[in-house]
Amino acid sequence: MFAARGVSKRFGAVRALDAVDLDLSAGEVVALVGDNGAGKSTLIKVISGAVTADEGQLERDGVPVQINNPHQARSLGISTVYQDLALCENLNVIGNLFLGSERRRWSLLRKIEMERSARTLLSSLDVRIQDIAVPVAMLSGGQRQSVAIARALVGEPWLVILDEPTAALGVEQTAQVLDLIRRLRDRGLAVLVISHNLADVRAVSDRTVVLRLGRNAGEFRTAETSPEAIVAAITGAAA
Amino acid sequence: MTTLTKAIRWPGRTTDGPARPGGVGSWPVVGGLVVIAIVFGSLNEQFLSAENLSNLALQLAATGTISLGIIMVLLLGEIDLSAGSVSGLCAAVLAIVHVRHGQSALLAVVVALALGAVIGLVHGLMFTQLRMPSFVVTLAGLIGWQGLLLYVLGRGGTINLPFDGAIAKLSDTWLPPWASWLIVVLIVGAVATSAVLNRRWRRRADLPLPALSRTVLRVAGLAVLLGAAVLVLSADRGVPLLLVIFGTLVVALDLVLRNTVFGQWIYAIGGNAEAARRAGIPVTRLRIVAFVLASTLAAFGGLLAASRLAAVNQSSGGSDTLLMAIAAAVIGGVSLFGGRGRPYAALLGILVIQSITNGMLLLNVDSSIRFMVTAVVLAAAVAIDSLSRRGSEQ
Repeated sequence: MFAARGVSKRFGAVRALDAVDLDLSAGEVVALVGDNGAGKSTLIKVISGAVTADEGQLERDGVPVQINNPHQARSLGISTVYQDLALCENLNVIGNLFLGSERRRWSLLRKIEMERSARTLLSSLDVRIQDIAVPVAMLSGGQRQSVAIARALVGEPWLVILDEPTAALGVEQTAQVLDLIRRLRDRGLAVLVISHNLADVRAVSDRTVVLRLGRNAGEFRTAETSPEAIVAAITGAAA
Repeated sequence: MTTLTKAIRWPGRTTDGPARPGGVGSWPVVGGLVVIAIVFGSLNEQFLSAENLSNLALQLAATGTISLGIIMVLLLGEIDLSAGSVSGLCAAVLAIVHVRHGQSALLAVVVALALGAVIGLVHGLMFTQLRMPSFVVTLAGLIGWQGLLLYVLGRGGTINLPFDGAIAKLSDTWLPPWASWLIVVLIVGAVATSAVLNRRWRRRADLPLPALSRTVLRVAGLAVLLGAAVLVLSADRGVPLLLVIFGTLVVALDLVLRNTVFGQWIYAIGGNAEAARRAGIPVTRLRIVAFVLASTLAAFGGLLAASRLAAVNQSSGGSDTLLMAIAAAVIGGVSLFGGRGRPYAALLGILVIQSITNGMLLLNVDSSIRFMVTAVVLAAAVAIDSLSRRGSEQ
């Protein structure tokens, strides 16, 4: 479905990515893991258009595509949820879901239509927020993460990239967010999750891709692989 | 006073528009107004007289309008320190075009407002393109435009506006009772109609409805408050046109901010500019527009002040105009941190400040005391804002 082939990126003398390959397909959750500086962030920035690769190409259904900026990525159906969530804490849930893509007639907000879509979207994801008219600042961390993920779906993407979605969340909220990621998969979306937390990776991903020092360092079917093997790939220790 | 009740419904969160997260809304301000009314009313029987309340209504408009402009930039989390100087300068230009060059009042007003817009554009460009902090840009404006005001006024220093001219008439026009009541009926009718339509549309869209009792209470409260204001003001000279103009500006700005994409984006930028930028919102353009609006409203406020004084002089827009305008916005509940507050804050805040000023003048209290009391009110308002903000951060 979507593939990165031989992607390389240099920052000055540092080779952040060195001929990295990545395949993503619909209805599959892929976890991207690796130590700090392994190139995970650079790779998702390449896919989401925040940086452009020096070499290599991106393919959609076997056809090469150009992604030079975030806007192009979005119009190709690639949606990214950054670690800092990028929510406006003073706006309510509806305002955040439609931030920048407000439904409007001329310049007037179509509030009722937005509220209805927001409720439909949130309930289809089984996200429970008591009052969607309260500012996002009043929500819990897990709810905010859910709102950020739900927002990524407003543009009807087919690939959603999640950067550390469970960092800084408690046990119960982590479970909520992992459930939400499974529902994204069940909707037939391709999902790419960056995580440091191997327990979460095991819980939610179908496939685990390991990067180490900017190179592919292994690819596993998560369910059939022991955590030790993944750790070994991450650290580079002989398994 | 035309729009007081609309602000009162603020704490009862509606499902639209940004509310103050965890905030206490405008209840403290309304409570403060009641306390002010009781205290000054009992100390001086003049305070609550129809004549004095009419004067109060007249005094609100100029600084209130400037405050309205300041709210535009405060919502972005920025500040405009130049509003006072800009109001004075634009009023001076108005007087020069109208009196010295003998042009029509209308042309003079257009020129003054256009000058305000251009000044705002300059501020906005310096802020967004040269990346200067808004504090510094407008501090330079505060000093520079004041200097230009003194320069254009020249040695004379004062330009009188003709007492029977259109501009002076602006602050000496009083609505006859029938017109005032018609406006009240129209406003209450519009609010009631929009409430009914909103309920119908929400029911059709299968969305939860707001409590009927609350809606009825809100409309009834609005009717009572507007009616009381008209009764009191009509007992004297009538509802001043100046108050109607100011009220219209407040209501119009609030409707725009709550119901248009533009308004939503202003709040978004004030809440998280980086998130807004990533969401594709034209942050730079909106910031410039906000500064243009701020200076244009300052120019309009200067025009209203000139109309009331029937003159422009070297202290126009000077002394405490700017500080009172900022204080009014903050007391009314606009957050200095950006993204929170509504235009009604200008009305409520200036009502508090002018009531204190007016009451103390009636009691012959020295302005030293007046400043200190205003300072306490301002500090209390900001403390409430900060505390409610901290309370909402879990």
